[in-house]
Amino acid sequence: MDALTLARLQFGFTVGFHFLFAPLSIGLSLILVIAEHRYYKSGRLTDKQAADFWLKLLVATVAIGVATGIPMEFSFGTNWSNYSRFVGDVFGFPLAAEGLLAFFLESTFIGVLIFGRKRVSRGFYYASAWLVLIGAHLSALWILIANSWQQTPAGYKIVNGKAELDNVWAAIINHSTVGRVLHTIFASWTIGAFFAAAICAYYILKGRHLDFAHRALPIALTVGLVSTVMMPIIGDIQARTVVDHQPAKLAAMEGVFHTGSDQPANIIGWVDESAQKVIGLKFPGGLSLLISGRTSQSVTGLNAFPKRDWPPLQTVFQSYHLMVSLGVLLILVALLGIYYAWRKRLAYHRWFLYLLLPVAILPWIATESGWVTAEVGRQPWVVYGLMRTSQAASPSVSATQIGLTLTLFVLLYALLFLAYVWVMVGIIRKGPQQGAAAPASVRPGVPAPGRASSPGRTASGHGLPSSLEALGQTPAPGPGTLSPREVSR
Amino acid sequence: MSLQLVWFVLIGLIAAIYAATDGYDLGVGVLYPFLARNDAERGVLRQTIGPVWDGNEVWLLVFGGALFGTFPVAYAVALSAFYLAIMLVLFGLILRAVSLEFRSHSSGALGLLWDTAFFVGSLLPALLFGVAVGDVVRGVKLGPSMAGQPGNYAGSFFSLLHPYALLVGVTGLTAFVLMGATWAAFKSDGELQARAARAASWAQALLVALFVLTTVYTALDSSAKAQLSDGLGRAAGWVALAVLVAGLAYGRWAMLAKNDGRAFLGAMVTVLGLVAVGGAGLYPNLTRALTTPGSVAVTTHNASASHLTLTVMLVFALVALPVVIAYQVYVHRLFSGRVRSEDVEY
Repeated sequence: MDALTLARLQFGFTVGFHFLFAPLSIGLSLILVIAEHRYYKSGRLTDKQAADFWLKLLVATVAIGVATGIPMEFSFGTNWSNYSRFVGDVFGFPLAAEGLLAFFLESTFIGVLIFGRKRVSRGFYYASAWLVLIGAHLSALWILIANSWQQTPAGYKIVNGKAELDNVWAAIINHSTVGRVLHTIFASWTIGAFFAAAICAYYILKGRHLDFAHRALPIALTVGLVSTVMMPIIGDIQARTVVDHQPAKLAAMEGVFHTGSDQPANIIGWVDESAQKVIGLKFPGGLSLLISGRTSQSVTGLNAFPKRDWPPLQTVFQSYHLMVSLGVLLILVALLGIYYAWRKRLAYHRWFLYLLLPVAILPWIATESGWVTAEVGRQPWVVYGLMRTSQAASPSVSATQIGLTLTLFVLLYALLFLAYVWVMVGIIRKGPQQGAAAPASVRPGVPAPGRASSPGRTASGHGLPSSLEALGQTPAPGPGTLSPREVSR
Repeated sequence: MSLQLVWFVLIGLIAAIYAATDGYDLGVGVLYPFLARNDAERGVLRQTIGPVWDGNEVWLLVFGGALFGTFPVAYAVALSAFYLAIMLVLFGLILRAVSLEFRSHSSGALGLLWDTAFFVGSLLPALLFGVAVGDVVRGVKLGPSMAGQPGNYAGSFFSLLHPYALLVGVTGLTAFVLMGATWAAFKSDGELQARAARAASWAQALLVALFVLTTVYTALDSSAKAQLSDGLGRAAGWVALAVLVAGLAYGRWAMLAKNDGRAFLGAMVTVLGLVAVGGAGLYPNLTRALTTPGSVAVTTHNASASHLTLTVMLVFALVALPVVIAYQVYVHRLFSGRVRSEDVEY
């Protein structure tokens, strides 16, 4: 393989891997703030345990997110030096701003969260959780400002063959910034929400940490519903931007070859590039309707562009439709869950709880597909319409060097992934109520009468060992109802 | 004073703060297998840096972002020139970050694996940063300039491992070890503290010897000697040297007085002085070029971003840097005091 292909593979792999963890840490920071808020208000031991539990999951995720984010900051110089020379004047400052204005907040105050529970006041601790959340979100903001500029460059002029900053605000709030930032943040919340929901469902199915799980599950489902419903609304705004500023990308997303009105929206399909058509299930006039409100709206087809300016059609089409289908599915799951939660029937629909376990993977797949749609859809440009990806790599770095480091990245990241999963599973297995055998009810998953609704609040919330509190709420469970793991603790 | 000079100083300052903060936690990582004799002591050492290393490391990211934004050509040329070295640094930092967070969930063989990853992940950056500085100072082989702009790197990976660069690398490593040892002495107690204080004393003596050796080598090397004349030809060079000497003297006095906090402060000033000495000699270059026909060095002028970008970034920096420094100092104070083995939760 040539150096360019290897460099692209390396960037795609490292950023795609990083993008598994960065959104989860954003989503979990929200779940953590909600939990810290409850604890700050109630002072209850169980709320503290819940917050500590989310914090542990967040810390492990942030650790791997930070570790895999560091190479990205330097990759533009190491692997894409021609790109850096060309765009440095515009592209560098958002990256610097991310570090200065966002990343410092997150990394400094997560230190306070990990080690500061006994050292700072409750108010300061609660504020630190907010600062971590704000840092994580600002981080996404600045990185996506830089990314949006690649997609829809604005606020620059070309001087001596280089992009030079001309209007700061136009570059920052370029045509696709707002939509992309909101879309990605809601995607991150979706990942966090369904991840949290799956953990709660697992506890209810196992009959462990029921109090915790019954409280957190409706919250997770609410966050999940709000964010999944927001996605198509924002997606629609984004689609209109793509029509205006990246028409070839839009044509590839829906497989439009011939310019014309009444363009259908595909529900599922296969792009036949040689026959210049899409085979599959369509909603007539849907695309025209979505981007303008009228089916008579004309959409520019791929044939309006020279073939060397086409993105890889099948990849863009399939990733886009996968993302949309999964998004719809997630809305339905969240709706059903909210309905069951509202009727207080969640624990009785065990099939639904089982469903939540694999569903937690889907927001990740949807998010990565959305990323593929955006970035592969941008090809063959590294900066849309200004610089081709093929011109962007480092001339002085050989294929051998990139091949070597790519291999090391794959090995190292595989190790990290295993370690991460192992740590997360360990934290989840231990659960929020450490040291206390979780009370098991007669039928696992169904709250014992009067328990879930009366979460024995203690006067101070402090000083009462969790085991006593658990025992205070339920009769000591008989040995027959305990799983071997619970006995061993 | 031109904006380019302001940014040269600011980037130097960011590099110096990075070296003086992440330096001590890298140093703790390098000393980790040698200072700690058992699991409890290892836990103490990790805990001393646990709350702060992440925030310290962000200075490196800010350095990268600020260099990219203000001197994009330097970012492009230097990072692609040091390709493999930078990748090794990055692999090291990744291993280290993850090992620190995951170590507390592991024991036995897995614990040993993370301990090793922590050591190796600290050693690689601590050594290679200095090697890169050595190359930047002495000069690297650059291709012919393109439209007045410096060309791309034209040498091999192994030509970066010049003895001069290696010597600067070992000097930098020793400086980080000095910081790590004084930090460990400041933050621990009992036998661990005594061992760390002895290590700090030796590291400082070694650092002085290596610095003198590097200076002599610089004066004798036909490529590197520009560093000496450029630096000492300016008041800034003498000030930087004075800061370095003051840091060393203050640190030695504090060690003799058995004041661990001040010894650490002395080590911090020493490292700030070292970065300043390097920066004063380098200006206006960002990366020197070895003399080959048609090539030019990367300087603050031919590598700089536009006036507007430099101004915008200066506004960001002037607003954000004092705030960041303030809350980082605050968090360091929050976690002041010695870590005892019964406090270890990391």
